[in-house]
Amino acid sequence: MNRSAKNQISKYPYIFIAPAVILLIIFSIIPILIAFGISFTDMDLKGLANWSTVDFVGLKNFKELFQDEVFLKSVYNTLFYVVIGVPLVIISSLSVALILNQGTNWLYRTFRGVYYLPSITNIVAIAVIWGFLYNTDYGLLNYILTELGLGKVPWLQHPTVAKISLIILAVWKGIGLNMIIFLAALQGIPKTYYEAAEMDGANRFQILFNVTLPLLRYATFFVTVTTLIAWMQFFEEPFVMTEGGPLNGTMSIALFIYQEGFQYSEFGYAAAGSFVLFAFIIAVTLIQFKLRKSDTEY
Amino acid sequence: MVLGGLLLCIPFIWMFLSAFKPESEVLEFPPTIFPENPTIENFVQLFTKLKFGVYLKNTIIVVLASFVGLLFNAMAGYGFAKYSFKGREKLFFLVLSTMMIPAQVTMIPVYVLLNKMGLTNTMLGIILPTLAVAFSIFLFRQFMTTIPNDLIEAARLDGAGEFFIFFRLIIPIAKPIFAVQGILTFIAGWNSFLWPLIIASDDDLYTLSVGLSLLQGQYSGNFALQMAGAAFMVIPIIIIFFFFQKYIVEGFTMSGLK
Repeated sequence: MNRSAKNQISKYPYIFIAPAVILLIIFSIIPILIAFGISFTDMDLKGLANWSTVDFVGLKNFKELFQDEVFLKSVYNTLFYVVIGVPLVIISSLSVALILNQGTNWLYRTFRGVYYLPSITNIVAIAVIWGFLYNTDYGLLNYILTELGLGKVPWLQHPTVAKISLIILAVWKGIGLNMIIFLAALQGIPKTYYEAAEMDGANRFQILFNVTLPLLRYATFFVTVTTLIAWMQFFEEPFVMTEGGPLNGTMSIALFIYQEGFQYSEFGYAAAGSFVLFAFIIAVTLIQFKLRKSDTEY
Repeated sequence: MVLGGLLLCIPFIWMFLSAFKPESEVLEFPPTIFPENPTIENFVQLFTKLKFGVYLKNTIIVVLASFVGLLFNAMAGYGFAKYSFKGREKLFFLVLSTMMIPAQVTMIPVYVLLNKMGLTNTMLGIILPTLAVAFSIFLFRQFMTTIPNDLIEAARLDGAGEFFIFFRLIIPIAKPIFAVQGILTFIAGWNSFLWPLIIASDDDLYTLSVGLSLLQGQYSGNFALQMAGAAFMVIPIIIIFFFFQKYIVEGFTMSGLK
């Protein structure tokens, strides 16, 4: 292509990327800077209407956060969600993907859909349905338990039980998307690897542990990183099911930020909280990339 | 597999069956499985006593707008994949970096920004921040890179303009990736909840999800009505999904995401 033709099309790349990139800059990049600024101020609802009432308070918000019992509780709960929820989601979605990958007839295709369905279902609808299932007096789960001669479970009334109830729900919802990613990866494994392993007389478990799982390393890494990030931002389940209760037993960091920001209008304080969460996420992500580097040679 | 799948379905089946029970039957103990006196009264109430008609209209507007966003994302993906220009790597890195930012960090400043622009409590305020999606740009770029350059060069030699090439040549080739992203965009738009909840203070702007959460608060004892509301939200998704589900798995495989 000659020089003048090149010049002629040189404005087009920018025209193509402009709408999306400008929107991302306005609604993602600039807000990060604003949030950082706000986190050092005492901005609240008054400040939103009249900027002159907003004062710079330095690190006060951050200091207060780490003395705030509700915030500390939310950090503990978030850890609880991550430590129990993430491995559960990964193991169950991987198992489902391995099973579903064994066939391609209509039955397998249908159940692929069935397992994926919860993950695309509206969270409010899910909360409404599960709220009914978990209902202590009228719910289906307690009815089944009583029929089996077991006692009723206070699904959402006890701080620790409520956390576990929310994890069950979130795992149910989370299997689908990760399963799809594992399935896509499984389908990318060349058949010849399996044939070679079979010729060497490997049994099914040996094939699973020596061929399939190592080849799924990249998918597993991708799923682990995204799932961890998602669970650190655990929000919607406690928000719609329990509003953080009972006794802040299901309060997560993300929910804490939302409540401080939009229910109490403490924008400065909430922004500080959001940066603590951001720092946690970056730290966890970096640790994972570090761990991954150490095993790339194998 | 079948057993697990059925177990997974129980909440949906329970919702569906309860939606057709009269209010009194839902609270019966032991619970009935099938509605003894099936009724559609619950669904009628959603539209007469509540404003589900308005919420439905708003949700459809949000979904349609999100397809405009889809086009923007596709254009950006194409721009990043098929042109070399100054600042390309830096800008693309900027796009990718937005994927790591938790929603909770940008929520407050975006609210403050829209407030300054006078866009809180408007449809535009609900729609604008959700239009550009970094993950979607990334997937489009991955796909567009696989389109041969010669094809585009040939079209240029024939005198086709850049936009003509994009709309008449690239979009038809990229149909599979549009199919996947179209479904995901529809689902995201249909389910949009948190942002409309934050930005809309007027119930004439609520989406179905926000309306449903309102219903859960106001009619917390009326499970039949709640189940009807949930069913009304979930069933369109199930229908769309079962028609298009094969594209989703294929699309993920194709996008090179493994």
